Amino acid sequence: MAQVDQAQLFEFLCRMGDNTLVLGHRVSEWCGLAPVLEEDIALANTALDLIGQTQMWLGLAGEVEGKGRSADDLAMLRDVWDFRNVLLVEQPNGDFGQTMMRQFLFDAWHLAVLTALAESSNDRIAAIAAKAVKEVQYHVERSGDTVIGLGDGTSESHQRMQKALNLLWPYVGEMFVTDAVDDAMAKAGIAPDLATLRAAFDTHVGGILTEATLTIPDGKFTHKGGKTGFQHSEHLGHMLTQMQWLQRAYPGATW
Amino acid sequence: MSSPNSAYPDTPETRTKPKRHEWPLWEVFIRGQHGMSHRHVGSLHAPDEEMAIKNARDVYTRRNEGVSIWVVEARHIAASSPSEKGPLYEPSESKVYRHPTFFDIPDEVGAM
Repeated sequence: MAQVDQAQLFEFLCRMGDNTLVLGHRVSEWCGLAPVLEEDIALANTALDLIGQTQMWLGLAGEVEGKGRSADDLAMLRDVWDFRNVLLVEQPNGDFGQTMMRQFLFDAWHLAVLTALAESSNDRIAAIAAKAVKEVQYHVERSGDTVIGLGDGTSESHQRMQKALNLLWPYVGEMFVTDAVDDAMAKAGIAPDLATLRAAFDTHVGGILTEATLTIPDGKFTHKGGKTGFQHSEHLGHMLTQMQWLQRAYPGATW
Repeated sequence: MSSPNSAYPDTPETRTKPKRHEWPLWEVFIRGQHGMSHRHVGSLHAPDEEMAIKNARDVYTRRNEGVSIWVVEARHIAASSPSEKGPLYEPSESKVYRHPTFFDIPDEVGAM
């Protein structure tokens, strides 16, 4: 196993786990509310997949940190400034189309990252990625098909999907921005250099969006500050009040 | 037979309300871990056959029930009519000789 600074490894694992935790919670907000029964169940399945991946990522993060914190502790007892998810996944659900657009943009990145992580020099990380990648292959196929179906659907659905893309596209860039943590992971062979994944992502996403008759907005501006914890959007704090209220109201409560 | 729900011929079609613009109904058949046959497990709505298979995967194989999925649009299933069950099925009730229970099976054959 490659030598790497354990604090940076902990940071990296929190980023992976917080992405799946926050998106998993967001998607679970649809439970019982989706437009049709079939989509409701499919979204709940996706949410559960993501929460399951969170348990693995944050479980390993807790071990690496070595302070006795469990995955549950990390998920339920940290406050907003300690979260390391990208801003994209904390954005509100909006309408069903906006949720599916957010899902597709994340899934396409997630698949590329997990595919590379399955070859990680760290065996534990490679094992988690190998398990997760099968779930995410399905996620991206489903969300991509839905983006095509709605984008190339009625004038109403097309208009809503274009609006969702315009809103969410500026959050894509953050998923590929690298910092010292990413550089250290890439150097140790633990994780891929994110910048090298961008071209394949653009081809994949561009192809689906073209088929969906949607236009990627102009402009290079990208929101950032989520994965570094510098500045989350206002939405994450609101989400955590829902997600964490039980542990805050009844500390240590168990099933 | 010509109703949109031909797989459920005993479900009366209501003509009072205008029909909602809904996805077609699909019947789902799953082949389990054991055995070769696909069994009918239920139905669902989907815009096309690919999404019908995906929805079937999400609705009916969440607990590792299957290794293969078939879907068919319900309107393509021709079904017998429940009102004809007398002439269709009752005649076979009195024909016990059609069951292979009148033969002595040699011991060497073992369990059949």
